[in-house]
Amino acid sequence: MVAKRIVLGLVTLIVISILIFEGVELLPGDVAQAILGQRATPETIAAFRKELKLDLPPHVRYFHWLGDFLQGDLGNSLSNKRPISELIGWRLYNTLFLAAAAAVVAIPLALVLGMLAALYRDSWFDRMINVTTISSISLPEFFVGYVLIAVLSVKLNIFPSISNISDAMPFWRKIYYIILPCLTLTLVVVAHMMRMTRASIINVLTSPFIEMAELKGLTRRRIIIHHAFPNALSPIINVIVLDLAWLIVGVVIVEVVFVYPGLGQLLVDSVSKRDLPVVQASGLLFAGTYVLLNLIADVLAMLSNPKLRSPQ
Amino acid sequence: MAKIDEYIQKFESGRISRRGFIKSLMVLGLSVPAINMILASSGPVAHAAKPKKGGRFRLGVGQGAMTDSLDPGALPSTAPQIVHLQVRNCLTELNYKYNPIPELAESWEPSADASKWTFKLRKGVEFHNGKTLDAEDVVFSINYHRGEDSKSSGKSLVTAVKDVKADGKHTVVFILEGGNADFPFIMSDYHLGIFPAGTTDFEKGIGTGAFKLVSWEPGVRALTKLNPNYWKQGRGHFDEVETIYINDVSARINALKTGQIDAMNRCERKTFHLLEKIPGIKAINLTGTTHYTIPMLSDVPPYDNNDVRLALKLTVDREQLVKQILRGYGAVGNDHPIAPSQRFYASELPQRKYDPDKARYHMKKAGKLNHTFKLHVSDAAFAGAVDTAVLIKESATKAGIKIDVVREPQDGYWSDVWMKKAWTFSFWGGRPSEDWMFAIGYAEESNWNEGHFKHKRFNELLKAARAELDNAKRREMYVEMQRLVRDEGGSIIPMFANLLMATSTKVGFENVAANFDLDGLRTPERWWFI
Repeated sequence: MVAKRIVLGLVTLIVISILIFEGVELLPGDVAQAILGQRATPETIAAFRKELKLDLPPHVRYFHWLGDFLQGDLGNSLSNKRPISELIGWRLYNTLFLAAAAAVVAIPLALVLGMLAALYRDSWFDRMINVTTISSISLPEFFVGYVLIAVLSVKLNIFPSISNISDAMPFWRKIYYIILPCLTLTLVVVAHMMRMTRASIINVLTSPFIEMAELKGLTRRRIIIHHAFPNALSPIINVIVLDLAWLIVGVVIVEVVFVYPGLGQLLVDSVSKRDLPVVQASGLLFAGTYVLLNLIADVLAMLSNPKLRSPQ
Repeated sequence: MAKIDEYIQKFESGRISRRGFIKSLMVLGLSVPAINMILASSGPVAHAAKPKKGGRFRLGVGQGAMTDSLDPGALPSTAPQIVHLQVRNCLTELNYKYNPIPELAESWEPSADASKWTFKLRKGVEFHNGKTLDAEDVVFSINYHRGEDSKSSGKSLVTAVKDVKADGKHTVVFILEGGNADFPFIMSDYHLGIFPAGTTDFEKGIGTGAFKLVSWEPGVRALTKLNPNYWKQGRGHFDEVETIYINDVSARINALKTGQIDAMNRCERKTFHLLEKIPGIKAINLTGTTHYTIPMLSDVPPYDNNDVRLALKLTVDREQLVKQILRGYGAVGNDHPIAPSQRFYASELPQRKYDPDKARYHMKKAGKLNHTFKLHVSDAAFAGAVDTAVLIKESATKAGIKIDVVREPQDGYWSDVWMKKAWTFSFWGGRPSEDWMFAIGYAEESNWNEGHFKHKRFNELLKAARAELDNAKRREMYVEMQRLVRDEGGSIIPMFANLLMATSTKVGFENVAANFDLDGLRTPERWWFI
């Protein structure tokens, strides 16, 4: 089952690599024109293309790239000739660092708020949480970011306004530098997870076995934590994993606002300069993240559900 | 004229007093108003705040990408350019008055027809790797941009160089295809930075510059530290320079406000007046050579009719554009690319104004009153280009001329729209010398002759003025060329845009140059902490 999913995942990645290649080919211009820009002349563009072998037909270039890729060679950037593994390595670390920090704050917060909302359903507390989280998700993330910067950085001067962390920084200093982007991401993702937690717990609460528990005389708190929540886990896990994937692949705007050196900016820059091998590598990394996290979500959902655990 | 220049130089370097300076000019026969004008535009460099040494200068640069490199043939944006000029030098450097001053070349001398230039190199200059600079390094660096397989974006700078050779260890001779009195200007272009002969890996940043490269991550930051052997007098004051990529303008401003950076380029016009009021921040606003153009291909109908071109030039309300698009941070253009601050600017040419009646008259004469002109535009040309096009369409409507604004994608604008469609928008950083600007943007054979301007008299004048060493005669010719481009050229040149920068009040500088962004890209070695 899991093995089959992994094979399917790999096939998906190959298909995606073809789509990325075609997509970049379809965009107007190539790396030579993008780098030389307004200063390009026909001769310099021709020399550029020749040196980078861009004059070969597309399928030859694709299989050339695929061959190297399957041997574990990501190649070099076309625009500055740096090894792609080097370009991606530390940026991937930064992206995961920020995603992890946001997840560590957001997931427990969302689960607790969701459970509390279910526990005190339809009270003013429930309504307040709903209104707050939904309004924070409705605002675009750059706006949330700017508001946080304006208040906490420019006005009160508590946190730095740009999070340009570097490898040389000690761990806690890095944490201090990423507090604002982390807070922005938390505000954006909490609503999803919290709403799903609340909804699926409320859904389970209508089941007969909850009625049974109530008749047994258990407290409401015990019913929700011990009986409703474990049975509501499966959809919650799915949402959490989707949000995790978003925290890794979808945060380019937050990266720009906070000048955070992550993978998103790398992908945007390489697409705008038509630097195909870099687009391929980062695109596949993002696609791989989705495939892998979806797989994990399914496995976890299975483990959390006794019915799925033993198919008989 | 040359005598006056000499006195001005002496005055500015403090070698003669103000009184002595005025006396000398009077002896030369200059009138009092003329002397006052010269005094207003020159003066001894104020040394009230003597540059202090030390500190880490953090410069927030907008415009740059992870794809940047230090290859002198690439350097596509401000961020790599300014890192490149921290670690490397050129043969000449432009001062804030657009005049070439010695850099790696100590002096230079043209032949009588200006087709052969001899540059004497400074002695005892060391590269960061310990090698001593000699003529072979210069020849190698220049040849990097020349030749058939050159993919350098600076190739056009040296196409007129027929040969470059070393004459001994400290002399380099350039043989040009024709005379060029302004050749030392071209040698100041950042593409022509000098690196050791045989260099293949440009990312190490080995040069003769004020700063040595410590770390360099394109798209993120560069860190350099002071070169203890720097040879240039009175330059290189910071201990370290950190160049930080910050592409989002709000993020740059916030970083400056919160003290995370010390200076930034490319401020936003909309908010610049607010920035000027913030305590602790100095706002710098300079009119340089940067200008926006709206070229028509003047060999493609209906733009091949000069009446059509004149009519469209007259439908542009320049005052309105400077007020609304540039928010006042700029100057009106007169349909030629020479900036008011340049040597041979034709102040005698009347300013072209918005004149719907005259525009209608010319359009009627051309018989194109019912024609709808397609204006192709994208903000890839410059921020505000689309709004400019819409304003022009409105002012044209008042003259009874129909314009259809066609929005083009930003991606691929320079390769697929500009100079491909008959009427488009464009951007020029400008060039410090008149010859250079005209040669690159208006000469018949140039790849960037964006208005397809093919004017016999203009091209003759261009060649003649280039080889002429007498400034008075040159001025006459350049004035005529400005008139020709203004009245017959293919481009509408509505405005010159100011360079907007900001620094913390802790940063010291004087006479910021406007030939390029960030003090002619020399901020790191020219500025200091107070």
